[in-house]
Amino acid sequence: MANDPDSMRTTVRQVRYLGSAKSGTHHVWHMRLTSFALVPLTIGFVWIILSLVGKDYNTVRTALGSPAIAIIMLLFLLASIYHMMLGMQTVIEDYIHTAPAKTWSLMGNTFFSICVGLACVYAVLRLSFT
Amino acid sequence: MAEAKNRTVSPEARRPLSPHLQIYRPMLTMMMSIMHRITGMALYAGTLLLAWWLIAAATDARAFDTANSVLTSFLGRIVLLGFTWALFHHLMGGLRHFIWDTGRGMDHPEREYLAQATLIGGFVLTAVVWIIAYTVR
Repeated sequence: MANDPDSMRTTVRQVRYLGSAKSGTHHVWHMRLTSFALVPLTIGFVWIILSLVGKDYNTVRTALGSPAIAIIMLLFLLASIYHMMLGMQTVIEDYIHTAPAKTWSLMGNTFFSICVGLACVYAVLRLSFT
Repeated sequence: MAEAKNRTVSPEARRPLSPHLQIYRPMLTMMMSIMHRITGMALYAGTLLLAWWLIAAATDARAFDTANSVLTSFLGRIVLLGFTWALFHHLMGGLRHFIWDTGRGMDHPEREYLAQATLIGGFVLTAVVWIIAYTVR
């Protein structure tokens, strides 16, 4: 039906009554979800950084590699990187409307976020396991 | 008919435009909305500093000392002060959005108080954290 070139039906008519895709609010919900998680996690992150101010290398290394601190850091990093990726996507979609620039910016945002996120997570895990 | 007269104009040009930023007088609520976005983008770039610091800590003492000396230099401290403020301002803005998500605080005096609380809260928390940082050090 959908592929019939002689069909008189409009595209909307073909999908109507099939139910919603149930994914329209995915972005806004994940934004709220990460925001909510980031309230305590940011406090934890600031607390950890404050406790490390002025400390020597070995103290910082041992602290960042200890299980409780590493887990809080990892949760903070994952939630904040995903949160910022969603946020920058909104900014790009708000200001860039033309096809190639928009696609490249969205790709760049995803790649940047994944690279920074992976680098941070790798560093914390390395501090934990070496 | 207006529509018939405008036939020759492109559909984009005939589309009604909603009033945008440049026609409004700057207001605190508007400034806090803009600052929320700007601090968000600044924090986005700031993750590079965090990544650098964490990678340096995971590498060796020399890399860590290099990162530390840059971050604790005069310029480094200014950047970190800005980073701290952006983080807290954005956090305060996020809390304000949670209140709005429940449908509360959108009327006239409340939304002004929330905008003021966002601004003051960001400054106060930044000051508290930096005072602690300088005293415990």
